[in-house]
Amino acid sequence: MVMVTYPRDLHYTREHEWARLEGDLIRVGITAYAVQQLGDVTLVDMPAPGEDVQAHERFGDIESVKTVSELFAPVSGEVVEVNAALESSPELVNEGPYEEGWLIKIRPSDRTELEGLMDAARYEEYLGTLDG
Amino acid sequence: MPVRYEGIKAEHEAVRTRAGLFDVSHMGEILVEGPNAVPEVDRLVTNDVSNLPVGRALYTVCCNDAGGILDDLIVYRLEKEKGLVGCNASNRDKIVTHFASHLSLGTPWNDVSDSWALLALQGPSAVRVLEALGAPEELLKLPSFHVTRASLAGVDLWVARTGYTGEDGFELFCASEDAVTLWRALLEKGEPCGLQPVGLGARDTLRLEARLMLYGNDITEETNPFEAGLGWVVKLDAGDFVGKDALEAIKAAGVERKLVGFEMVGRGIARHGYLIVVDGQRVGEVTSGSPGPTVGRNIGLGYVPKSSSKIGTRLGIEIRGKVVDAVVVTTPFYKR
Repeated sequence: MVMVTYPRDLHYTREHEWARLEGDLIRVGITAYAVQQLGDVTLVDMPAPGEDVQAHERFGDIESVKTVSELFAPVSGEVVEVNAALESSPELVNEGPYEEGWLIKIRPSDRTELEGLMDAARYEEYLGTLDG
Repeated sequence: MPVRYEGIKAEHEAVRTRAGLFDVSHMGEILVEGPNAVPEVDRLVTNDVSNLPVGRALYTVCCNDAGGILDDLIVYRLEKEKGLVGCNASNRDKIVTHFASHLSLGTPWNDVSDSWALLALQGPSAVRVLEALGAPEELLKLPSFHVTRASLAGVDLWVARTGYTGEDGFELFCASEDAVTLWRALLEKGEPCGLQPVGLGARDTLRLEARLMLYGNDITEETNPFEAGLGWVVKLDAGDFVGKDALEAIKAAGVERKLVGFEMVGRGIARHGYLIVVDGQRVGEVTSGSPGPTVGRNIGLGYVPKSSSKIGTRLGIEIRGKVVDAVVVTTPFYKR
């Protein structure tokens, strides 16, 4: 496997989502590893703004040509924005998973939940324990 | 065969517009020889191969006594007394056993799946790739569903103008030990034509757009050729074959369900095993479903009651608890 370095300013889940603190909000997306595993993303099913999500629980689904995967929330809170561009251009997730391919923004109910996530170094270590 | 090399969409696009190379050596091949080889194979398949001329190939299914589909096959008449049966890898043991129990002692057969490799060269530029390898004119002009001996890149082959993508193309059978040589030569000479390797993922989206059956999904032992839309490969008036009585009865009674093509109207992708709903009732199951990269819509196949099989019928597909709208459409979804 090609070694990829992961952005240092993000927090990571075991299910390969990332979370970035931006002021009062937390932006969420999936990692380069997840994108590599999925292949061409063709559809992203996400909650509507205003819905609540729970940390480590499913908040949506992401589909590639071949498979469906569940999306898990890194933190609990209210969804305040979803990336509307993904509706017509799901391939943005492949092209820039940390930029244009972000998924949702959450207003966290407990910001300290971020501390329970992995930092980049630990996430890279974790990836090393996964097969293929 | 990997699921993908560059990416499913890119590989799919390459086959539709240029050319793709598939290593489908996992497919099963059974050689049947002797003066009665072809007539005996004819008694195991629903299509009429008894008069298949030398150098021709025919698509067919092979049924059990109840008319259920054991496998879909291509039968090639390589020589007067030599037939080749190409079967699905997952059905190889079953088909070998079935053939072994029905062929007479005077008709030797040989499961050559392990010693033969199969490369599929598919796409509108497939001919140009063979030309670049120095193939003779008559090979380039080989008609659809014909098969012939050839030599390419120093490798002896059987070349058939067949495929599983809905595009023009060739399937190349060679000895396993020659497969790497042939693969490399094709990719090297084919590169200027845009040839690239293609994996299992795009093989599935290509065949689905062309409404080619995937055994285990669209057809199984629990399905019969009439409901699957394969009545055209059942020749009830051309001699006896295993399953004929059952298929006659099924045809006379009429089928209760049909395999239809549908496209999603609502936002969602149907997948194998999802339920099909009509008027609030679960009436059937999706057998294949995915985005169709060339047709640009999310498409699928599934069995529905005959009353819901007409083009334009609204269906619901149950996707993770939600019922999403779909509509029955004409197939193939894609035609070159």
